[in-house]
Amino acid sequence: MSKKINLPWNSLGLIGVLIVLVLFFSLMSDYFFSTVTFRTLVNQIPALTVIAVGMTYVLLVAGIDLSVGSVMALSAAVVGVLIVDFNLPVVIAIVAGLFVGLSFGVASGFVSAHWKIPSFVVTLGVLEIARGGAYLVTSSETKYIGDPIAFIGSPVPGIGVSAALIMAVAVVIFAQWLLSKTVFGRYMIAIGTNEEAVRLAGINPVKWKVAVFAIAGLLAGLGGVFQLGYLQSADPNAGIGLELSAIAAVVIGGTSLSGGRGSVVNSFFGVLIIAVMQTGLAQLGVSESSKRIITGLVIIAAVLFDQYREPLAKKLNRIA
Amino acid sequence: MQNSASTLLSVHDLDKTFAVPVLKQLNFELKRGEIHALMGSNGAGKSTLCNIIAGVHQATAGSMQFLGNDYRPENVNAAETSGVRMVMQELNLFPTLSIAENLCFKHLGNKFGVIDKQRLNQKAEALLTLVGLDDLSPDTPMAELGVGKQQLIEIASVISEPTQLLIVDEPTAALTDPQIDLLFNELNRLKESGVGIIYISHRMDEIQRIADRVSILRDGQLVATENIADIDVDTIVNLMAGSVDESAKTITKNNNTGTHPVAFTVNQFTRAPAFNDISFDVKSGEVLGIGGLIGSGRTELLRAMFGADVASSGFLSFANDNFQQKVTPKTPIDGIKAGIGLVVEDRKSQGLLLQGSLLSNISLSILPKLTRFFGVTNNSQEHELAMDIAKRLAIKYDDIYAPISQLSGGNQQKALIARWLLKDLPILLFDEPSRGVDARAKALIHDLIREQAALGKAVVVVSSETQELMTVSDRILVLSNGRLAGEFDPETLTEEQLLEASFRYYSASNQ
Repeated sequence: MSKKINLPWNSLGLIGVLIVLVLFFSLMSDYFFSTVTFRTLVNQIPALTVIAVGMTYVLLVAGIDLSVGSVMALSAAVVGVLIVDFNLPVVIAIVAGLFVGLSFGVASGFVSAHWKIPSFVVTLGVLEIARGGAYLVTSSETKYIGDPIAFIGSPVPGIGVSAALIMAVAVVIFAQWLLSKTVFGRYMIAIGTNEEAVRLAGINPVKWKVAVFAIAGLLAGLGGVFQLGYLQSADPNAGIGLELSAIAAVVIGGTSLSGGRGSVVNSFFGVLIIAVMQTGLAQLGVSESSKRIITGLVIIAAVLFDQYREPLAKKLNRIA
Repeated sequence: MQNSASTLLSVHDLDKTFAVPVLKQLNFELKRGEIHALMGSNGAGKSTLCNIIAGVHQATAGSMQFLGNDYRPENVNAAETSGVRMVMQELNLFPTLSIAENLCFKHLGNKFGVIDKQRLNQKAEALLTLVGLDDLSPDTPMAELGVGKQQLIEIASVISEPTQLLIVDEPTAALTDPQIDLLFNELNRLKESGVGIIYISHRMDEIQRIADRVSILRDGQLVATENIADIDVDTIVNLMAGSVDESAKTITKNNNTGTHPVAFTVNQFTRAPAFNDISFDVKSGEVLGIGGLIGSGRTELLRAMFGADVASSGFLSFANDNFQQKVTPKTPIDGIKAGIGLVVEDRKSQGLLLQGSLLSNISLSILPKLTRFFGVTNNSQEHELAMDIAKRLAIKYDDIYAPISQLSGGNQQKALIARWLLKDLPILLFDEPSRGVDARAKALIHDLIREQAALGKAVVVVSSETQELMTVSDRILVLSNGRLAGEFDPETLTEEQLLEASFRYYSASNQ
C-alpha cells in the first residue's frame, strides 16, 4: 500500500500567485525587481502581518474583529504619549501599549462570547471606542517621537530588514505552530467547526474564544508598536480601514469566514500578495483609485477560488 | 382495495426506504368527509406516510390515487395544488411578521407586489374568527403569541387555502382545552364540507372523541382500519404492539443486576414542561433502558443529567460520596466532573465536527491528556490511541485524517462513542445510540453498550425502538408525557405493557 501524501496545495498556490505577480511587475517595470523595492516592501508590512495573524485566529473560531485598526492606533498613541509627555522609558511605554491592546481584546472577547453577542457588533462598538480613545490621549494631534522608537523600524545592520519584520515573521511562525501543534489550536478549529459539539464534549468554548480575541488585541497592540517604529510618530488617525486589509489578506490566504479552516502562514502570503500588488501597481503609475478597484477584484477572485478549492485540491492530489 | 365513490385517497403497496425500509407494501384508504386517525408506535411509519401524501418525500415504490386519478406529488407545491395540505408539527411561521402577513403570506401583494394592508387585515380577521382568536389584532407580531395560539394560526393559514385533504400531525400538544374544542369544531366543520382529514395523535381520548375511523400502522404496514366505535383502547394497543423477536433477549446480560450497588440516583428531576419529578437510580454494571414516545421528555432528561441543559429542580447524588452531595450539573463540564458522559441523539449537529477528521473527532474530549508539555499535542500518541479504538470498534475508514462526513452513519456513530469510551467515565448516557445506522453497526453498538456495563459502568440508554430496549437493557423505565410511567423487567415485559405505559399520561383523565 502506498502512503498517501497530501501536498499543501493552498500554500503552493499562493506562492505561485506571488511568483507570477513578481514576474509580471518585474517585466512591466524596470525598477521593481531590486533590493530597494524589496526592502521598502517588506518594511511596510509588519503591522499588517501581525494583525492578520490575530484576524486569522478570530476567523477560525467563526468570529470577526473589526476593532483592530483602532486598537492599533490607540496602543500606538498610548506608547507615544507615555514617551513624549511622561518621559517614561521606551520599554515600559511599549509594555503599556501592548497591555492596552490585550485589554481591549479581552473585553471584546468576553462580551461577545459570554453574552453571546455577535462579535461583528461588539467589535464595531469597540472600533469607535478605541478610535475615540486614540483622539483623547493624543488630543487629536500626531505625537512625534523620533529616535527613541526608531530602532524597531530601521534596518538591522547586515540584514537590511527591520527588527519589526523579523519579529512579525517570528510571530507568524509561532502562531502557526500554536495552531497546528497545540491543544489550543485544535480547540480553535473545533470551535469554528461546531461550537455546540465542542461544548457537549465537555470543553468551555467561551474561555477559548476570549483567549483568541485577547491574542488578536495583543497583536493589534504589537502592530501599533511596529507602526510607531515605521513612522516614528503616533498618529491618532493611523490604521483606519486596516481591519479590512487584514480580513482581505486572511481571506486571500484561504481562511474560511465561517470558521474552522485556516492557516496563519497562508494569511502571511495573503499580506505579501496585497503588498506586492500595491507596490507594483504604484511603480507602474497606476492611480490610487484604480489600485483600489484592482485590489477589490483580487479579493473577490480569491474567495471565488476558495469556494471551489476543495474539489480542485482533490483533483490535484489524485493527479499527484 | 376497491375504490368507491366516497374514496378520496387510496394508497397501494407503498414502499419507502431511507437507510432501512420504513414503509413496506403499505395500503391505506381515506374517505371524503371523514376524520381518520393514524396510530402506531415510534417508527411505525405514520409521519413517513403523511410526508409522502403531502409531497415532502417520494415513495420508493407503489401508487396513490387521489379523487380517482393517479397521484404522485413531486413536491409540497404539487400536493398543495391538488388540494392536499399538511399542518406541520414544527411551525412554519415568521415570528417578526404580523398575524395578517403570516396568514396571507402566499398572497401578500397585488399583481404589482404592493400590499393592501386593509385587505390583508380583513382576510386575517375572518380567519382568526374561524379558529376562535377573534380577540387578537391582525397587526400583532407573531412572536408575541404563545405556542398554542401560533399553532392555531398555523392551522388557520393552512385551511385558508382550498383544501380537500388535510393532514394534522399531533396538533393539540400545546393547546389548552378551550383551544382544543375550537380546533375540533373547525375540523368537524371541514369534515362536513367533505374534506378528508388524517389526524395523527398519541392521545386515545381525543381520537375517540374526534375520529370516525382509525388505522393502525406497525413496522411500515397497515395492520387494521376500524370504525372508532367498534374498537377499544386495549385492542388498539395490542394491534400497535408487534411481536418482539424473543431471540434478542438471549444476548448475554449480567445476571442479578438487582444485587449490584447503586451508582447514582436521580431525585425529583424537573425541567418543565419537558419532564416533571423524575426519580430513579442506576446501578453499576447495569444497562437501564428508557422507553416512551418521541417527545415524551427522554432526551431532555438525559441532557439535564449531563448538564447540556439545566434542570430547574431536583438533583443527582453519587455513590462515591455515599450520596451526600446534591449535584445539579449546570454545564457539560459539571456532568463530566460527576463522571457522566452523553452520546447525543443528533450526532451531526451536536456531536461531530463534520468537516473535521475522524482522528480529531475521536480525540476531542481527551486532547489535554495527549500532550507532551505546555499543551503541545503528542500526535503520535493521539494517532496510536485513535487507531487502536477505531480498530476495537471496527470503524471503517480509508484515511484517519479525512473528514468524518465521508463515513457512513454507523461509523460516525461509532466514532462518537469512541470519543466517550476514551474519556473512560463511570456513567454513560446514550440517546438513540443506533439511529440511522445499518443492522451490523447496530449489533456492534449493542455489544459495546453491554460490554461497558460488564466493565462495571452504569449505563442509561434512551431508545425509541422496543427491540433495542429489550436487547440491551437490564431494566426498562418508561416516560410518558414527561412523567415516569413504570419500571419493567425486559424478560417479562410485553410490547403491550410498554405501549400502555408510553401512552398513559397523554390521556386527559390521567393528567
